[in-house]
Amino acid sequence: MTDLTHWRRPLRQTPFHPRTAALNRLNLWGPWGGYTTALAFDDVAMEHTAIRNAASVYDLCPMVKYRIRGVQAAEYLNRLTLRNAGNLPVGSVHYTAWTDDAGKLLDDGTLFRHGPEDFLICCQERHLPWLLDSAAGFDVAITEVTEDIAALSLQGPCSASVLRAAGFAIDGLKPFRMANFRFAGGTLTISRTGFTGDLGYELWTSPDLALPLWDHLFEVGAPWGIRAIGTEALDLARIEAGFIIANMDFVPASQAVREDRARSPFEMGLDWMIDWQKGHFTGRRALLAEREAGSKWALVGLDIEGNTPATGALIYTGKGREAGFVTAACWSPATKRNLALAQVGRRYLTGPLQVEVYALRELQYARLMLAAEVVPRPFFAPDRRRATPPGDF
Amino acid sequence: MSYDALIIGAGHNGLVAACYLARAGMKVCVVEKNDWIGGAAVSRELFPGFTYSNCSYVSSLFRPEIMRDLELPRHGLQILPYEGGAVLTRNGGYLAMFRDHDANRREFARHSPRDAEAYDRYSRDILRFCRFIRPMLMRTPPDPSRFRPRDLSELAFLGRQIGALSEGQIAAMVRFWTMSIADFLDEYFENPVIKAYLAVSAIIGTALGPMSPGSAYVLLHHYMGDVDGNVGAWGFARGGMGAITQALSKSLAAAGGEIRAGQGVDQVLVEGGRAVGVVLANGDEIRARRVISNMDVKRTFLGHVAEKDLPGDFVKRVRAFKTRGSSGKLNIALDAAPVFPALPEGSPMLKGDLHFTDSMERMERAYDDWKDGQFSRDPFQDAMIPTMIDPTMTPPGKHFMSCFVQYAPPKIAGRDWTDADRDAFRDTCLNQIEAYAPGFKNKVLHVEVRTPRELEAEVGLTEGNIFQGELTFDQLLFNRPVPGYADYRSPIRDLWICGSSTHPGGGVMGAPGRNAAAEILRDAKLGTRGMRDAYPVL
Repeated sequence: MTDLTHWRRPLRQTPFHPRTAALNRLNLWGPWGGYTTALAFDDVAMEHTAIRNAASVYDLCPMVKYRIRGVQAAEYLNRLTLRNAGNLPVGSVHYTAWTDDAGKLLDDGTLFRHGPEDFLICCQERHLPWLLDSAAGFDVAITEVTEDIAALSLQGPCSASVLRAAGFAIDGLKPFRMANFRFAGGTLTISRTGFTGDLGYELWTSPDLALPLWDHLFEVGAPWGIRAIGTEALDLARIEAGFIIANMDFVPASQAVREDRARSPFEMGLDWMIDWQKGHFTGRRALLAEREAGSKWALVGLDIEGNTPATGALIYTGKGREAGFVTAACWSPATKRNLALAQVGRRYLTGPLQVEVYALRELQYARLMLAAEVVPRPFFAPDRRRATPPGDF
Repeated sequence: MSYDALIIGAGHNGLVAACYLARAGMKVCVVEKNDWIGGAAVSRELFPGFTYSNCSYVSSLFRPEIMRDLELPRHGLQILPYEGGAVLTRNGGYLAMFRDHDANRREFARHSPRDAEAYDRYSRDILRFCRFIRPMLMRTPPDPSRFRPRDLSELAFLGRQIGALSEGQIAAMVRFWTMSIADFLDEYFENPVIKAYLAVSAIIGTALGPMSPGSAYVLLHHYMGDVDGNVGAWGFARGGMGAITQALSKSLAAAGGEIRAGQGVDQVLVEGGRAVGVVLANGDEIRARRVISNMDVKRTFLGHVAEKDLPGDFVKRVRAFKTRGSSGKLNIALDAAPVFPALPEGSPMLKGDLHFTDSMERMERAYDDWKDGQFSRDPFQDAMIPTMIDPTMTPPGKHFMSCFVQYAPPKIAGRDWTDADRDAFRDTCLNQIEAYAPGFKNKVLHVEVRTPRELEAEVGLTEGNIFQGELTFDQLLFNRPVPGYADYRSPIRDLWICGSSTHPGGGVMGAPGRNAAAEILRDAKLGTRGMRDAYPVL
């Protein structure tokens, strides 16, 4: 396939595709960011179990990546994002977000500091024009590098054991730190990050080392039951961890056709990121005003009665007034609770809430009104996720 | 013999109005000067075995509510979405468009990585404007100078639409309605080929260049339609655009309406200040309770109504209504598919729109020729090969190619077009295609060439303007066609207008005909039960 015939296969294959395709017994694929990605390999419940019990491998390549380099890179990122990128030590990662001038979220993502003047943003949506326009007046170079990096997420209580067996000394690696290792004649970056709320790592290398890396992990990981997982299992884990995803839990302001769909960091529970002291950043004035005036929406975790997942459900007050909607829901195997992430109007948070669920049972929907309780996130946060050195499971 | 409604002109809007009136129980007759029906939504076989879309050539704007009300699918209407499209560039390359979002992004990225990621925000903004305007298409504009209850309620509706927008959106909207497409695209994109591709919809049928203020709205006019809910998508009518008017004529026949082709109108009969029928060119009279003109506003009132029956101010306004023609058309019968060496084999680009103008500057220069009273030496062409998708229009293996061409002025340097001008225009267009598809001309079996002269003489479009009046902001909404007469009425009682000269304007939309019928039915106290409102924009 040449540059001119890309349209023959509009969904690109990731560098790991030869391995994921061979393992995908269900042949279940879905599009993600222009790539063919596995929704499930053979059994979603077993894949989720691998995340919580053993070691799971998820192909992260479709995450959109931008490299920010230059003497003013930290200054630029401080202006662009909510958190203080200048305080991020080299070799560290933080979870951050950025907004437009109106203080409405454009995306969230992870920011990696590879060097004093070298950062990588990893996110769900595409933002090149925004990043470039925001760079006016800053001495930085911004390049989209999604296809230049092959990335895997290795998650689960045994993930550290697998890495040790693979020959990588990760014992000293704390959460949100990263380190470089030599691998197969090239470089492998391992960050202690993830999207499962469990002990886990993300592995970053060049596309030509993708298959050797995969093969090496699966070879040494066999004793720990290493298993490829698809997006469905990951989605269960991320709901348990209470993580949000652009275009699933909120609509990025740059894509919101309906103006009322845009949300602020306050409304998505991300206001803790805001560093009010660092100086001006994009959206600051609007967010200051919102801090004073209050916000309309809140992202909340819900614990819902019964065991029927409330996917897509509308939320009502006890008196039946529409109060919000569920953005993600599942029966959580790890917590044995019926969980949901939801956007709820702030003024309805004080009273009781109920969700309207349509449960499909043998071709017919049973309509359920289920009591829902607002509970803290994350829903699942085992100590092992933070322990350093990581446990030897 | 007298009718409840006599409609002049069997174009799509005349037929839409006729169908609604007949279905409401009126005795309806449509008279058409040509021996065939369809107006500018017409398919004729001018070369044995080849059906053309002689004027309009693609469909998106035709309101699905009308298709459903009038049961047009049952009467044979099928709309086929088309794939792809490309601009061929002078350096031997191309920019393609794909229906698949990711393929499209990768294609844009070949030309500009930044523009590839800017397209989503551009689409969002255009979609916002579409959502604003779509609810207005199937309503009679209010008259802001009068205080009838309906004007007040329509004004209130307009106010609510605007009130639902943020301050920033109102500003963006007003800018968009009045600015040039070049300025608008410059705010999103950097690559000249991408801008040239996206600017196309802003100049189609319009006597403006991409750098003329007001051209951006014209783009919206071409984006606010849909094919089965896919907003902005375009498709072919299976069997050619005439299939739309054929389906309408069958729907009309099923409702008991009558069409008389080959019976041109000489004059609208006015007695005691009321329209009471028409006198045909052959001298026959047809009497009717009301007369509805599908002709454009100039042709109707300056050509077929005695000036003495009209207020002077109205006539002055009608004369001032801009109907400057800007386009021509080539309909080509091809012995075989053209081969464009730049396009990869088997690519879907041939199943869509092909352009040969790779910068807005070239488009603007093409417009400069129009201003000089010449057809463009380096014209912009919107070329389509419907037979890549529709198997019904030609013998197997043969093709019909429709080339819409800008710019072609209503007059050549102030004088009428001659046959020699027309032939030179044809050769200019064919040579342009030949440059990108060597051997093309050898495959040409027949060409129908239409300059504004032919469009006026045959279809009746004044100055050859395909929209029955330009779609500039000064001629939209309650100012279309004439302030005070945007409600499909005229100064003469029982004389109505229902063509594209009226709100919401041109394109094969059917909304003017439908809205006119709604006003007529209300006026006749028959109600609009057989007419659904616009589908809600959720």
